[in-house]
Amino acid sequence: MTAKGQGRTAFAYLAPALLVLAGLLAYPIYQLVLISLYDYGQEQVSGGAPLEFLGLGNYQELLGNQQFWGVLGQTVAFAAVCVVGTLLVGAFLAILATRVRTWVRMTLFLAALGAWSTPAVAGSTIWLFLFDANFGFVNEVLGIQGFSWTFDKWTAFGLVAAQVIWCSFPFVMVTLYAGIKAIPGEVLEAAALDGASAFRTAWSVTLPLLRPIILVVTIQSIIWDFKVFTQIYVMTGGGGIAGRNLVLNVYAYQQAFAASEYGLGAAIGVVMTVLLLGITMFYLRALRRSGEVL
Amino acid sequence: MRLKTLVAVLGVGAVVACAPVQSGPKNSGTDEQTGQVRVWLFDEVNRGPKEAVVKEAISEFQGKHSGVTVDVQYIQVSSRAERFKAAFSDPKSAPDVAEFGNTDLAGYVSAGGFSELDLSGWTESKDLVPTILDTAKVDGKTYGVPWFVGVRALYYRTDVFSELGLKPPTSLDEIAPLAREIRQRKPELIGISAGGKYLFAALPFIWANGGDLAKSDGGKFTAAIDSPQARAGVAKYAELIKDDICPPAACAGNGGDASVEAFRAGKAAMTIGGDFNRKSVDASSAAGKYAVVPLPGKDKGSVAPAFAGGNLLGVLKGTQRKTLATEFTQLLASKKYQQKMYAAMGNLPTFSDVQKQVADSDKFLEPFTKTLQSGTKFVPVTPAWAKIEAQAVVPTMLQEVVTGAKNVDTATADAAKTMNAAFTS
Repeated sequence: MTAKGQGRTAFAYLAPALLVLAGLLAYPIYQLVLISLYDYGQEQVSGGAPLEFLGLGNYQELLGNQQFWGVLGQTVAFAAVCVVGTLLVGAFLAILATRVRTWVRMTLFLAALGAWSTPAVAGSTIWLFLFDANFGFVNEVLGIQGFSWTFDKWTAFGLVAAQVIWCSFPFVMVTLYAGIKAIPGEVLEAAALDGASAFRTAWSVTLPLLRPIILVVTIQSIIWDFKVFTQIYVMTGGGGIAGRNLVLNVYAYQQAFAASEYGLGAAIGVVMTVLLLGITMFYLRALRRSGEVL
Repeated sequence: MRLKTLVAVLGVGAVVACAPVQSGPKNSGTDEQTGQVRVWLFDEVNRGPKEAVVKEAISEFQGKHSGVTVDVQYIQVSSRAERFKAAFSDPKSAPDVAEFGNTDLAGYVSAGGFSELDLSGWTESKDLVPTILDTAKVDGKTYGVPWFVGVRALYYRTDVFSELGLKPPTSLDEIAPLAREIRQRKPELIGISAGGKYLFAALPFIWANGGDLAKSDGGKFTAAIDSPQARAGVAKYAELIKDDICPPAACAGNGGDASVEAFRAGKAAMTIGGDFNRKSVDASSAAGKYAVVPLPGKDKGSVAPAFAGGNLLGVLKGTQRKTLATEFTQLLASKKYQQKMYAAMGNLPTFSDVQKQVADSDKFLEPFTKTLQSGTKFVPVTPAWAKIEAQAVVPTMLQEVVTGAKNVDTATADAAKTMNAAFTS
């Protein structure tokens, strides 16, 4: 078979997957970009007003808005805290799971799966009940009835971050646990025979072997936590007092989609997509530079 | 290379040639006299009585028109925006008649959703209270019939007031000192439960001080929230959400429901509540221990202008049975059925004579009808208002003031800027 023929066969095999990708990914993104170039409100959608092509007008409006930059900064910081928190908690519990007896591990996994499978709205609402100023269990235990967790900007962010970590650490934990379990026993045995300490084994053997998995869970976490919506929307009542707990997704919803400014909303969506792609590329490149084969 | 060129050409071509989809209700041109009239009404917590009245109206209507059936669907208030947007975009899934909130009217009309109604042939319409009928108009044209109206007044705890030897306030400026005194003498109570997101409680303060949200000049709106009068009103309202009356940590995030909830829980000596809150307050720990007076205005003994909330019944533009739909709207909104709706749900009627009748038979309604008669006001009738509301411009402004993030002048100036951007877009 010629090289060309081989390429064709390969393409034929890939075609179904490409078709699905195009339908589910390329077309929506195409629509998103397209809408972001228009003044596209409810009047335009339902045909009450003519379409107006704005070019980059929506982007200009967005990037010239001071609040957008404030919210963007807040989102990045919030996502960073959530990602680091999720990875630390997940990694700690994954290691713990490899060291404990079966029934403890089963309990831990069941509890984690419970948190994982709780719908975000339900989880957020339950956390709100737990931390309710007057009737919440937490305040009763701490003896601080009347203290509002959601009023102050930082306690509100802290509470939401804790909730986000709570519902996303199980993924990290389960994945890392599987990764640790997949490390061949002989490798660890060899390290032990060479006289490596437990710390040395973890640092020089386990961690490098786990790196591809850590890479995946980190990128996943970045993307998830950057796009947090439900937790902020539910727990801070749509962005906190005077909008001081807004993150980008909630901001886009409030300023654009709820206000029927779909063009502007699409522009925010495009900016977010570009940002996330940028962060992921940067991360991948940094890893490749550090010698990781990807 | 050839592929790249192709992709580039396709890409450019796609952006230039295609535009986002547009669809929508066109006048269908037909006006059928038989078939099914589809109706959307709002679901309620306790829908039974409402449904019974509506069923009665339907059987009366179907009795008069043979070959006509009426199908009613109850939709959730919370998801109404999506439902109506979808209905306007796809006339096939749209009803012929719908109940909707009067603050949503301007947006719905500019989206081309509702058709103009000619009420001239309907004799009862002359008794509709003019300021209430105004809430169904955009640019002087009527797009709905007011089905019921809701106004707010001042709820207060009679037991607390008599224990402390106090009297309900007679002017707007008396409210803050009075509330402060109550909290001072009974620190476990909130003086008056006011909320940082409770727009309809803040508006009377702005209006009573002679201010307004926006001024209209021939249909062109400009923000007026930064006028000296409006600022005075904002400052007066924000004064209530302070530690010595209603602590920000507990009150700044509250909307109307949460504000009334504190009163229901027996934690507040006063609150601003609507006639529609009566049932829930009567089912709470405040039951039997409260009374209602009109929210006082600037001058002693006057009444502050209240927000005229309420729902309208309208005919959708895409309907294929406009005559039937209009007739059913007029039947359901008629004096007879408004009276039945009052008996069933406690909804305040929109006809002046029916209002008087129900107020005479039920003393509880007096402060509310008195408020209605002394003149109500409304939010700016423009589609931009829906946007301003969705963007939470005014609640954010109030919250900025009560948390001290901005002073009154800066917060109102910033809000005016955002509002003007929405008005001109």
